[in-house]
Amino acid sequence: MSPRRAETGGRIDRLRTIRFTFDGAPYTGYAGDTLASALLANGVTLFGRSFKYHRPRGLLAAGVEEPNALVTVLRGEVREPNIPATMVEIYDGLVAVSQNRTPSLAWDIGAINQLGGKILSAGFYYKTFMGPVIGPLKGTRFWMFCEHFIRRAAGLGKAGTAPDPARYERMNAFCDVLVVGSGPAGLMAAKAAADQGARVILADLEANLGGSANWSGETIDGMPAADWAQRLAAQLAGNDNVRLLPRTTVWGYYDGNTLAALERVTDHKEVAAKGEPRQRYWAIRAGTVVLATGSFERPLVFPGNDRPGVMLAHAAERYANEYGVLPGQRIALFTNNDSAYRSAVALKKAGAAVVAIVDVRGDVSNEMRRLASDAEAELLAGHAVIATEGGKALTGLKVQRFDATSGVLSGDERSIHADSLLMSGGWSPTIHLASQAGAKAEWDPARQAFLPPKPTQRWTGAGAFTGSFSTAEAIAEGRAAGLQAAGGAASSAPLPVVEAAPGDPDPAPVFEIKAKGKSFVDFQHDVTAEDVRLAHREGFISVEHLKRYTTLGMATDQGKNSNVPGLAIMAEALGKPIPEVGTTRFRPPYTAVSIGSLAAERFGDLKPERLTPMHDWHITNGARMYSAGLWYRPMIYGLPGETVEQAYVREARATRESAGIVDVSTLGKIAVQGPDAAEFLDRVYTNMFSTLAVGKARYGLMLREDGLAFDDGTTWRLGEQEFLMTTTTANAGKVMQHLEYFLDVIWPELKVTVTSVTDEWAGAAIGGPNARAILASCVTGTAVDNATLPFMGIVHGQIAGVPVMICRLSFSGEMAFEVYSGAGYGTRVWEALIEAGKPFGLVTYGLEALGTMRIEKGHVTGAEIDGRTTARDLHLDWMLSKKKPFIGSAMMDREGLIAPDRLELVGLIALDNRPLNGGGHIVEELDEANPHASLGHITACCYSPALGKHIALALVKGGEARHGTRAFVSDPLRNRFGPVEIVSNHFYDPDGSRMHG
Amino acid sequence: MAEYSAFSLLKNALTGNKDWKPAWRKPDPKASYDVIVIGGGGHGLSTAYYLAKEHGITNVAVLEKGWLGSGNVGRNTTAVRSNYLLPQNTRFYEHSMKLWENLSHDLNYNVMFSQRGCLNLAHTPAQLDDYARRGNAMRHLGVDAELWSVDRIKRLVPALDVSGSARFPVLGGLMQPRAGTARHDAVAWGYARGADRRGVDIVENCEVTGFLRDGGRITGVSTTRGEIRAKKVALAVAGSTGQVMQLAGISHMPIESHVLQAFVSESLKPIVDTVLTFGMGHFYISQSDKGGLVYGGDLDGYNSYAQRGSLPVVDEVMSEMLALFPGLARVRMLRSWGGLCDMTMDGSPIITTGPLPGMYLNCGWCYGGFKATPASGWCFAYTIAKDEPHEFNAPFTLDRFYRGLIIDDKGQGANPRLH
Amino acid sequence: MLITCPYCGPRDVIEFTYQGDGNRERPQPASQNLDAWNAYVYDRLNPAGDHNEIWQHSGGCRAHLRVVRNTITHEILSTEFARGGHKSTDSRAEGRS
Repeated sequence: MSPRRAETGGRIDRLRTIRFTFDGAPYTGYAGDTLASALLANGVTLFGRSFKYHRPRGLLAAGVEEPNALVTVLRGEVREPNIPATMVEIYDGLVAVSQNRTPSLAWDIGAINQLGGKILSAGFYYKTFMGPVIGPLKGTRFWMFCEHFIRRAAGLGKAGTAPDPARYERMNAFCDVLVVGSGPAGLMAAKAAADQGARVILADLEANLGGSANWSGETIDGMPAADWAQRLAAQLAGNDNVRLLPRTTVWGYYDGNTLAALERVTDHKEVAAKGEPRQRYWAIRAGTVVLATGSFERPLVFPGNDRPGVMLAHAAERYANEYGVLPGQRIALFTNNDSAYRSAVALKKAGAAVVAIVDVRGDVSNEMRRLASDAEAELLAGHAVIATEGGKALTGLKVQRFDATSGVLSGDERSIHADSLLMSGGWSPTIHLASQAGAKAEWDPARQAFLPPKPTQRWTGAGAFTGSFSTAEAIAEGRAAGLQAAGGAASSAPLPVVEAAPGDPDPAPVFEIKAKGKSFVDFQHDVTAEDVRLAHREGFISVEHLKRYTTLGMATDQGKNSNVPGLAIMAEALGKPIPEVGTTRFRPPYTAVSIGSLAAERFGDLKPERLTPMHDWHITNGARMYSAGLWYRPMIYGLPGETVEQAYVREARATRESAGIVDVSTLGKIAVQGPDAAEFLDRVYTNMFSTLAVGKARYGLMLREDGLAFDDGTTWRLGEQEFLMTTTTANAGKVMQHLEYFLDVIWPELKVTVTSVTDEWAGAAIGGPNARAILASCVTGTAVDNATLPFMGIVHGQIAGVPVMICRLSFSGEMAFEVYSGAGYGTRVWEALIEAGKPFGLVTYGLEALGTMRIEKGHVTGAEIDGRTTARDLHLDWMLSKKKPFIGSAMMDREGLIAPDRLELVGLIALDNRPLNGGGHIVEELDEANPHASLGHITACCYSPALGKHIALALVKGGEARHGTRAFVSDPLRNRFGPVEIVSNHFYDPDGSRMHG
Repeated sequence: MAEYSAFSLLKNALTGNKDWKPAWRKPDPKASYDVIVIGGGGHGLSTAYYLAKEHGITNVAVLEKGWLGSGNVGRNTTAVRSNYLLPQNTRFYEHSMKLWENLSHDLNYNVMFSQRGCLNLAHTPAQLDDYARRGNAMRHLGVDAELWSVDRIKRLVPALDVSGSARFPVLGGLMQPRAGTARHDAVAWGYARGADRRGVDIVENCEVTGFLRDGGRITGVSTTRGEIRAKKVALAVAGSTGQVMQLAGISHMPIESHVLQAFVSESLKPIVDTVLTFGMGHFYISQSDKGGLVYGGDLDGYNSYAQRGSLPVVDEVMSEMLALFPGLARVRMLRSWGGLCDMTMDGSPIITTGPLPGMYLNCGWCYGGFKATPASGWCFAYTIAKDEPHEFNAPFTLDRFYRGLIIDDKGQGANPRLH
Repeated sequence: MLITCPYCGPRDVIEFTYQGDGNRERPQPASQNLDAWNAYVYDRLNPAGDHNEIWQHSGGCRAHLRVVRNTITHEILSTEFARGGHKSTDSRAEGRS
């Protein structure tokens, strides 16, 4: 069926055919295929287009490091862009499309960029697009004109805008040993640790545990390595103390041995099972981590190394052994080390013709010569590939004699006909997590690779991760690491026996063949060896400058393929050893992580909603709700056809004429208790509380340490040693922390406890001329007359059989009472009050009317206590006790805080009888065309039914001195300009006769 | 050194790009200079550039302990704006904005300043009024600001969730159209090249290890590359301010160093065409010309010199991002990093003479330093050259805290992690 | 980062609120020494290395803790209740007291 699928072999399920589409064309593959292996089996060679030049690209790799074959996976309207085809497991109905091409992969108009050639060298955009210095395109205009087209040409996949219906889940996990990577080293480590009784988590980013054992073709303990691995994995799965996490990428190594991992739970399924999230985000706190993350094979840098058909050698081996797919029929290899010989033999076994092995080393060992002859390949030792041929698929290559020491090419060029060229430039241990954990990698000149740093957190390494590239070493190191991690003694028991092809792990230090043509270092970003040398010429020689100037290593593979070759080319240009160029520290994530998984349960549910006990009543009774921080509060209770303004004016007027009731449950409430409670409040508030009688309340003001106003509210003395403090809704949490800090850190000798009781109490404020009569008609167990309940007095009684606490205090300026009951009875008390109010025409009112009445009274809230104002600015200096120190008292009189040009609280009346806006500014002289010289701003405004005017509170320079003068509101943002009169902030009933009754 | 232009690109392409010269020289430090600027980041380099350009002081060395631009100029989220509440800040940042608008031409280096606007989303009527206050404050200082309706916001950023059913529905926003983004590394390189072309020595891999004194006066520095004397020594070391001041014997500063994380997604076709901020948390996002979404959130919230972030902040930032863009759940975060922020006690910077004789101090940029780069260097150069502040930086003194002349745009008081 | 609360055991940093430099010493409430007040409110030790800090276990028992933590490695060296009293690693503060 498939041009490239071998008759037998691989670990796919040939009995299960899977149907999918790529770029609209239908294909089939087998269960166990990736999108990459299935397309390759179907003879597809062209998988993507590069970022800058839109060059045709095929598969480079078989795993997570694939830079070229990026696709977008579609699920209905939902798009998942930039996924390597090598990481997509096919399922029936999979729809994948290619990216960054117009109109199609085969014919991409963006390929015209290739004609730009040397003009589009590294960093060219810093040198041009600046445009003319004068004229209509001066400044940033010309650049932005060019940028418009650049932005559209750049970018890889297209993100979706349809909300993702998927669910994401977070798990917090704890274990003694976390093993990352399930190749032979990781499996052995997990087994050894589990046998010690440790709680073990074994995670691997691939679908099948086993790592390289799945495709190495080696034999372990007399059985195929893949079978050995499956048997070991099955044993581990049977252990209660082991959790296996396939398809799970450990992507972040954070402080305190906390590791972050992403499990792809259902991405490989056509339909998720009930309750399954799409992905699961694991935060794993591990006692010890065993890093068995393996290594990456490096590409070689030579002209034409990006042509579709040029692939990493081990990737081809993996396609053949794991998926039964051959990357070509006539295969050539190009290598600087021994590992490619094993690949050659594997491909030969799988049925391909291996036409040549081109080895940069003149001196090839007899063992390798034997492997070459096993593969029936011509061995071209001391040769190098200098060019590749073909268009969108490879047809051949050119080789020339090469001296690995000098890098000099010589002799005749020779052409070799091949449809696949496999390269091996040596191996780089996958040290990313170790680097994230906080130390610098070390260069090993023999391995020509960065090896893991010394651990700075509790981890240990095993296998190829440490630079031990053979399976036998991996097995030994894995067991030792597992035992060590679990606190077990070293074992002398026999290890599994490995039969593997021989090979020297050290490559020749050759990274680049310098010949004519574009040689790619970073495939996705089209960074060439010449670009690296240009960076060198222009002085961008440190590794970070190299990266940033050329974009080397910034693509989606994050330099997994390009990092070391790029450094090597720079090192050669500098004439310095590689480690002196430096290595970048790896940062999370190891591979890209979906944003949905990181939000997890908070996707679609960002923050909790805080609801008062009477919330449902408000909704049922037509309240329009207002979101205030996390709280929801009634804004108005609108009648049919009413505007917001009509509603609040009606509510406020009715309250002043008869009575109104408002839900004040959101106010912060803190129980302050203990023998030193009164002393503590004296220190916290600017005014005295120790003199407050039991059964009375007092309005209090707090400053911050720096002397600025912090919060205000009433505090009730319920007993000799017991107070109930109220705070503003917005500052409840901050005030609580402030009090706790002082009690715990500054004054631990004070015998006081503070407890947040905001959620324990429901509060209703009922005010207006008839408020007392309403209360009298429904409260039992106490009188509410002036003698029993004077201004700022507190009584206990019952309403509808519910114990309540009533304090006579007023925010509205009317005779008013706050009625507190247990939160669970809030609605019952509320309804009883409403019922009792019916004969009096009691209205419910919301935040708008509350705000209106407070503006009329000139009370301050968070709009005025905004963290920049002082007590004096707000005319609250009468509350600053001179008899005692309090928090902020020593700092409040500093020069800047008493300066004459500070903003002070005033009232404003609109003289043009039009509405004012919050945030409008105040000026002395109006200049609509060129607003300037702001004196201050409006903090709150309303239409005042009591005054019949549009009024506002404002913070204005000069403040009180301007009372009675005329100014202008200047609000260019909303085009509202007009005259205002500056007056006192106490608009209504300034002597308080109404509330004192 | 050759001017950069389309013509020079073409000419060099014809010769195989072999003739390009280093963007800046790599000189060894001389024994003495008129001015030493410690810190080869954006602010240090721009200071050197404007010392040379505006004040003719070219006998200047910039000393950088690592590679040029290795600090926050290469770690930020690239936003440039001047949309502040308080006039001291607005005037300063607007001066910066004006320098930005001509910076590519001034430097002959394309810093890719793209004025695609900065939009602060409002989610409650009170917040909208708050933003109106700020926008009007800007307008009264001649700075552009507009209040945008939800419909207009939706047209600019169709991917944004503006539905009423969102937990925090978008009610409108404050737009500064002239704000935008710039290519951060290019700013450092452009200033370096510009300063170098005017004779400034930029010395990389040269760490200051102590100060030379004559009595109480600072007369130079000792470094890993020897002693260097100077008439004036200027500090522009951002997150390292505490450590360098310690070398001068000043142990306490009104500064805490905090880590701020930043993130970039994989490259995408254009989807966010402005700089956008969330109003009910701490989140901001833009999209680079390469297509990566560049975004960040709040500080990790504790003193740190690690340039390494914590996981809870990662989760928080992503959650806030999806509250605005529920369609981006399948987009993937590609890279994260941390920068050190020198957080002051009022959230505003310090550009001043002193505090020791012979010393000049530029620090406290919190996480607003990138957009300040031109004006910071411009004002600092003025202050160094004239031994007194320019009116733009006169409010940003070190003694303002003790005197109560605090410039607290967020109103959070002396709590650095909240600014 | 995991902080070991003496009440609650090792907990993730997300449960804690940072309250800053633990070396600061608040003047006596009645003190009129404005410089001392200013220093207390505005000046901070900001070491690259071990730092004496106050943290609140705000998402747990709400106790304030005195934590010695390395600001470069984020390693936590010790944790105790802040109620134990003022302990300073700041030479200047010691000289003053």
